[in-house]
Amino acid sequence: MKKIRTAAAVLLAALALPACSTANPMGTSTSSASTDSVVVGSANFPENELLADIYAGALKAKGVTVTTKLNIGSRETYVPALKSGEINVLPEYTGSFALYLNKAADVADEAKALASLKAGLPDTLTALDPSKAQDKDSVAVTAETAAKYNLKAIGDLAPVASQLVLGGPPEWPSRANGVPGLASVYGVTFKEFKPLDVAGPLTVTALKNGQVQAANLFTTDPAIKANKFVVLDDPKSLFGAQNVIPVVTKAKASPTVTAALNAVSAKLDTDTLATLVTKVVVDKADAATVANDWLKANGLA
Amino acid sequence: MNLLWAYLSDPAHWQGGAGIPARLGQHLAYSGVTLLIAAAIGVPLGLWIGHTGRGRLLVVNLVNGMRSVPTLGLLFVAVLVIGPRLQGDLAFLAPAIFVLVVLAVPPILAGAYAGVDEVDPQARDAARAMGMTSAQVLFGVELPCALPLLFGGLRSAALQVVATATIAASVSVGGLGRLLIDGQATRDYGQMAAGALLVALLALAVDLAFALVQRLVVSPGLAPARRRAPQIPEPAAQAA
Repeated sequence: MKKIRTAAAVLLAALALPACSTANPMGTSTSSASTDSVVVGSANFPENELLADIYAGALKAKGVTVTTKLNIGSRETYVPALKSGEINVLPEYTGSFALYLNKAADVADEAKALASLKAGLPDTLTALDPSKAQDKDSVAVTAETAAKYNLKAIGDLAPVASQLVLGGPPEWPSRANGVPGLASVYGVTFKEFKPLDVAGPLTVTALKNGQVQAANLFTTDPAIKANKFVVLDDPKSLFGAQNVIPVVTKAKASPTVTAALNAVSAKLDTDTLATLVTKVVVDKADAATVANDWLKANGLA
Repeated sequence: MNLLWAYLSDPAHWQGGAGIPARLGQHLAYSGVTLLIAAAIGVPLGLWIGHTGRGRLLVVNLVNGMRSVPTLGLLFVAVLVIGPRLQGDLAFLAPAIFVLVVLAVPPILAGAYAGVDEVDPQARDAARAMGMTSAQVLFGVELPCALPLLFGGLRSAALQVVATATIAASVSVGGLGRLLIDGQATRDYGQMAAGALLVALLALAVDLAFALVQRLVVSPGLAPARRRAPQIPEPAAQAA
């Protein structure tokens, strides 16, 4: 009997522990007034996690209490959490986020994308300063495919796309600047769409080995250079301008938080970002370490 | 609940290559092929081990160890290793089937092995004493007697495979997992709930189908429900 009771107590304690630890960051009422405390989130691809680590490191250096919730999922998954305050800070991309908020948003250049984003943001969120760093979605093909069909821009795919398979993240068929955008803007309709991962190893392998002939990759992806993939031009700006920008819960955007994140944006450009992503993805360095090293080198931590 | 109903009642979701019937068909096809391959490996191996007693320790421990392999992790490794050697859709399908077979072999093998191992030694001795060859003992006595446990293994493998075949969707293959993965990526809870419900229903239906086949195939004298009741009066009846 005693044994059973002890076992039950241990079991209860085990059940209760995780419940306690998750209750805290989820709750919006636990923020104390004296010190800033924020939850930094990220999407489910390495660059975004790295950016979240950079934001987290910069905030910690300014004395902000930071909890991280990385690798959450696609924009469709994390934005509701951002709106409800479960996460407070997230690295976003101006054009894609603007299009998520409003499918008709104009994101043709950097200024328009930023304006569209600010116009579309719900009242509870605010966008801080955008950085110069851009990471766009792209349609990439292998060098052989590009040579075979003489492809330079996405529009060149229109006559041959019906024979080709496109690969991308599972959310692409419903994204305004995903599969529907390719059809409406460029008249490109593929034979089939293959749902893979978010521009990760699965997508790269599938493109390299011909399971898909075109794939959605990010322009900062080191795999593009490594495999001599050809990124097709986007003259009609389907993917628009995609500056990295911190999106923050308005209630948490204190002067300290704002200053720390804007300082990061001021130092970040596309080449820097691509170099840091390469360190994480190719050299398999720890993202948090890469983030902290860069912050220290730039006097931000 | 409303989301689930809204998804299931939309006729658009019941048509075409991405419709529920097509996904259901793919799911059944993957599961069926997996079970056939796994049975072709597990049943003969299990019968042989049970019959001869050879390699019992090695194979049974090895195969039980396979149960602890994380299927999702193995799937990604398999796709990145096997995938590049294959052409077309097979590059994703073959690794998915492979990991499902790895998942399905242990329960089938254990069922077959344990079934033969549990056969009453007196029945086996009697068969030998009547001059049956080793093969005759195996197929005439041991296999029929092993069927209830063998089916137990097949059924538990079928349940696991039907439920786990959903992960194939994470490497672009079809099946009901598509509803879960795509629903998650686009935060479509109705779609996810529909996928989960359909997988659960399919697993139950498959188990039921196996139960019916088992009832038809297994000798009535071995049926577990009937065996238990007359167990005590049996010797008396035989003596009379």
